Amino acid sequence: MEPDVLVVDDSAAIRKILQRVLHQTGMGIGTILEAGNGQEALEIMKVQKIGLVLTDINMPKMDGIQLLAALKASPAWRDIPVVMITTEGGETKVGEAVRLGAAAYVRKPFTADQIKEKLAGILEPALPL
Amino acid sequence: MNIEQLIVTGIRTATAEVFSTMLGVELSVGELTIEGGEPEPNDGVVSLIGLAGPWMGTGSVSCCPELACRICSHMLMTEAAAVDEEVLDAVAELTNMIIGGVKNRLEPVLGPLCLSIPTVVFGRNFRTKSAGMAEWIVLRFPWEGSQFAVKMCLTKAEKIHPMLHAPSHACTLEA
Repeated sequence: MEPDVLVVDDSAAIRKILQRVLHQTGMGIGTILEAGNGQEALEIMKVQKIGLVLTDINMPKMDGIQLLAALKASPAWRDIPVVMITTEGGETKVGEAVRLGAAAYVRKPFTADQIKEKLAGILEPALPL
Repeated sequence: MNIEQLIVTGIRTATAEVFSTMLGVELSVGELTIEGGEPEPNDGVVSLIGLAGPWMGTGSVSCCPELACRICSHMLMTEAAAVDEEVLDAVAELTNMIIGGVKNRLEPVLGPLCLSIPTVVFGRNFRTKSAGMAEWIVLRFPWEGSQFAVKMCLTKAEKIHPMLHAPSHACTLEA
């Protein structure tokens, strides 16, 4: 079964670009859902089974690091791969994301190929390319 | 390389990278000016992001409404005829990526910096001013008959807000 993907970013522009890029990858991805911050993401995840989360770091209300921590602390969600997509290049936040268990990190600006390469590494065993 | 050169190089590199990657547009190197004194009136879109840490300041991008629409069209691959929420959001995200890219290039020298969430202003005949800042480093990039400006002002934190470094009891009131 193709996993549903949750894109979390406070920028509607980036959510739209990621939707397009995800479709372009040709990977077997189910429905793509969107959230504007970590809080909204958790609300969606309570009612929808998600197989992959792509999240920004700097967001209002609940940022990507807090979202990642909440997911990894939950037995129901801890195995869902989380990919951080952010302008942050500093060791502090990237290091924190890696320590908390982020599956991958993509720096903005990104190309479709970069997203595809990262997702292939995460989803290849489960998804046909 | 001094701080000013570092910022100029950072703006040139980050802006070129963002335009090339997200818009498929190759920009020229851009014209450098140092601007101070009274801020000039703006017409169009200005997007601002605050920087905080051992150095503090503001980064901004500005352009005319037509260029903002063109940026949105290239970025989202949709037609944008007028400045609406989608256009403002695209410009805000572009600012976030450019100033974030500059920040990432400055951090190895200046230490960890934090970015605020962008604020975008669209209007006519308005002025923007960053309190306490004397000079802006400005790079203007020509693109299809219009100009896209990236500006940054940055100074050591203690020069702006000495109270941030004062002892914690400094502001307590005696009964």
